[in-house]
Amino acid sequence: MTTLWPRLEPLLARVQKPARYIGCEDGAYVAPWSSSRVAWLLAYPDAYEVGLPNQGLQILYEILNDSPDALAERTYAPWPDMEALMRERRIPLFSVDNHRAAGEFDVLAFNLSAELVYTNVLNCIDLAGAPVRAEARDESHPLIAAGGHCTFNPEPLADYVDFFVIGDGEEAVSEANAVIRDWKASGRNPGTRPGVLRELSHVPGVYVPSMYEAAYDGPRLVGVTPRYSDVPEVVEKRTVADLAQWDYPRRQLVPLTEVVHDRLNVEIFRGCTRGCRFCQAGMITRPVRERPAEQVRRMVSEGLARTGYDEVALTSLSSADYSGIDSVVEGIIDDPACSGQVSVSLPSLRVDAFTVGIASQIQKVRRTGLTFAPEGGTWRIRQVINKLIREEDLYGAVESAFSQGWSRVKLYFLTGLPTETDEDTLGIGELARNCVAVGRQHGRASVTASVGGFVPKPQTPFQWFGQDTVGELRRKVDLLRDSTRKDKGVTLRWHDPRASLAEGLASRGDRRVGRVIEHVWRAGGIFQEWTEYFNLSLWEEAMAAEGLSFDWYVHRDRDPDEVLAWDHISAGLHRDFLWGDWQDALAAAGVPDCRWTPCYDCGACTGYGLEHVVASAVAPAGGSQGTNQDLSSGHIVPVRLVGRRAPAPAAVV
Amino acid sequence: MKVRFRFTKQGKVRWTSHRDVARMWERALRRAVIPVAYSEGFSPRPKISFGLALPTGAESVAEYLDVELAVGPEEAGGPAGLAGALSPMLPEGMDVTAVAPTGPGEPSLQHDVVACRWEIGIPSDVGIDQPEGLEEAVAEVLAAEEIVVTRERKGQPVTDDIRPSILALSALSGPERSVVTLTGPGRVLGVELATVGRGLRPAELLTHLGVDPAGVRTVRTHQWIERDGARREPIPAGATDAPPVERQAS
Ligand code: SF4
Repeated sequence: MTTLWPRLEPLLARVQKPARYIGCEDGAYVAPWSSSRVAWLLAYPDAYEVGLPNQGLQILYEILNDSPDALAERTYAPWPDMEALMRERRIPLFSVDNHRAAGEFDVLAFNLSAELVYTNVLNCIDLAGAPVRAEARDESHPLIAAGGHCTFNPEPLADYVDFFVIGDGEEAVSEANAVIRDWKASGRNPGTRPGVLRELSHVPGVYVPSMYEAAYDGPRLVGVTPRYSDVPEVVEKRTVADLAQWDYPRRQLVPLTEVVHDRLNVEIFRGCTRGCRFCQAGMITRPVRERPAEQVRRMVSEGLARTGYDEVALTSLSSADYSGIDSVVEGIIDDPACSGQVSVSLPSLRVDAFTVGIASQIQKVRRTGLTFAPEGGTWRIRQVINKLIREEDLYGAVESAFSQGWSRVKLYFLTGLPTETDEDTLGIGELARNCVAVGRQHGRASVTASVGGFVPKPQTPFQWFGQDTVGELRRKVDLLRDSTRKDKGVTLRWHDPRASLAEGLASRGDRRVGRVIEHVWRAGGIFQEWTEYFNLSLWEEAMAAEGLSFDWYVHRDRDPDEVLAWDHISAGLHRDFLWGDWQDALAAAGVPDCRWTPCYDCGACTGYGLEHVVASAVAPAGGSQGTNQDLSSGHIVPVRLVGRRAPAPAAVV
Repeated sequence: MKVRFRFTKQGKVRWTSHRDVARMWERALRRAVIPVAYSEGFSPRPKISFGLALPTGAESVAEYLDVELAVGPEEAGGPAGLAGALSPMLPEGMDVTAVAPTGPGEPSLQHDVVACRWEIGIPSDVGIDQPEGLEEAVAEVLAAEEIVVTRERKGQPVTDDIRPSILALSALSGPERSVVTLTGPGRVLGVELATVGRGLRPAELLTHLGVDPAGVRTVRTHQWIERDGARREPIPAGATDAPPVERQAS
């Protein structure tokens, strides 16, 4: 085993945050390196402090290291200061576990959680010493793999990545490993790379882009079709049916230095059928699979004892929907082993489930920031996006929060949504103002409205929608800024519309967009999801150089019969379900949650012989969407708030 | 009841920051289930306080930390028990080497420490941009009545005489080089720097000597406090030393 540490260490005094590169996390494996084990280097193509907490990567890290014929180490994108020193001294990309060179691994596997990291993926492949284009790699180079939510449109990276794992990776990774193990055992002989890739294409859920041909008619994509009859026409995602069998991570990594989400994270369920139409994560992870409460309790108490953390997040796409969430939270907080010092956070809290009960539970120990995501400014637009949160639910949640001692609340919104009018945009300011008014009843109150430009995502009902231009998004933000300028207590934040444009391109691009990404990378455009490094002109130059148009890829409404770049990748959702849902959206018609109402046959369960795994047949309290509330009342603003800035009595909780 | 710990910070963990070390200790105390006293209020914090920050990248065999226990020290396992429980919960390279109860009136480490001793290993390939070389530069410093430099403090340039802060400075050879390890040829400086007043940091001294601070290996070997006109370490000699901890080598 060779370690690059003696060459790396002298660089550390010359870079920011040197602890990014030392590893040493509690929970890290020191796996024995052996020729009979496939060596995986799991890469998160962003800074260490962003990538380390990624649960998907940690789960695979443990599964592979627990397997007798695999081992896994981790790497993260070196920050530009470190990269410059590495390139100057010809030091390749390295693992943080044992500081081994990336080129010594059999597989370099990326987690793709955001599209703007794509240029970092190419940079990491290059730093690993391999050609960035798959066609130029041979048996001496690692196989390049990718998984994660972005792989539901893998096409922009199709010419750069050897194989993608679509959907849950828990089972697929071991099946892929078996194929690669045999290849490794046979000596990775010259000329055998296409063969191992062909074998991999037979593993369910694995997509090998080089086994497919993309055909075009002018700008229009005609199809992406298999080159061989033994390669599947459509790659179906993998779904783990029973989360209880996968109680990972068992040894969550505890970093020595500060990272995002620096706490114990326990996934309480996967999937979400609230049916928010803009939400790719919700659409591609159906159906809902809850972890048994007993296992959640055990993972929390063992995890806290092992890590020493004093905060645990119960993670999912909508944590308050978990059956019996109150008693789980209560159980953790009242556990004597936690001696009253452990705080519980529930990311992705829905306002319609945020009650005084939950508020008082989670603030018992310490009060962290509270974020709600109404997403749309008016009831009409919330019906369009199917985020069926009534105004009174929002005020009720905010009332609960302020009455329990919070003084600051953050609200997330999207702008640039389908059918959006200026009234919808201005509604964002109106909601924020009313929340401040509710909060003033309880003393100081400030509300931050965070506004992101909407980027339509593949495998969602909005995949056909033409994204707003940078100019239009700017106009809307300006409109909103002018209207809230005089409001004390309302702070407006917005996402750079130019970054939304680049994200939109990478989200719904086809293989030709891959060349644009390569162009941006070659021009030095890395860390594009970081404001200080994002540079739209690099993307514009690259588009011009490749003769492609933003209008075609980003701003155009797609035709109903058009071939989409990701049509050969299936999240289980029937096309007619998605199209029907898109038509419902245009008609501003909301649909209830299928967990508690009859199935719409979207395909996610029916196609795979799955079912929701939910411990309770009853919807959570306080709710909307399939919980039999009267949807016609959503626009009704609690009477006492209408036409008054302040003071206003609280809404009904 | 307050307990003072001495601990090391050596190896890879030296690249973590002072704040990182504070978090490691908070987690280690919880993992070892040591009953620590917590502050009151909306955001209770464990009552622990650290000494002078060690620069990121420097090593140390003389770091200190005070922990307020919610019970008496014997109930918490006694000095040896505390050390034995905590070292395995800290990352590799951080070991507890001494534990002693401290009196209630004892001033905080931040205010009590007057000077630190450092060993600085300077590899031969780290250029000295002083024509006459390191030895001459050292001799010059020792002979000087005053050394006025301009340096940055809280983002502002300030001009100070740093000579009074240099309490001792010498090139070490042979057995005196107790702590710092150099992988190749090089020299080792032993230096004692005051921490009161504006104080002087090892990197600032190195810059004055014409040595690139990024190329050296720095170890804090002692911190000193003053009691009754005499100097001693923050844990008095004769206090319980922690048993050495068995660790698996990486
Ligand atoms: S198949 Fe039916 S029950 Fe399953 S997620 Fe789709 S709509 Fe819901």
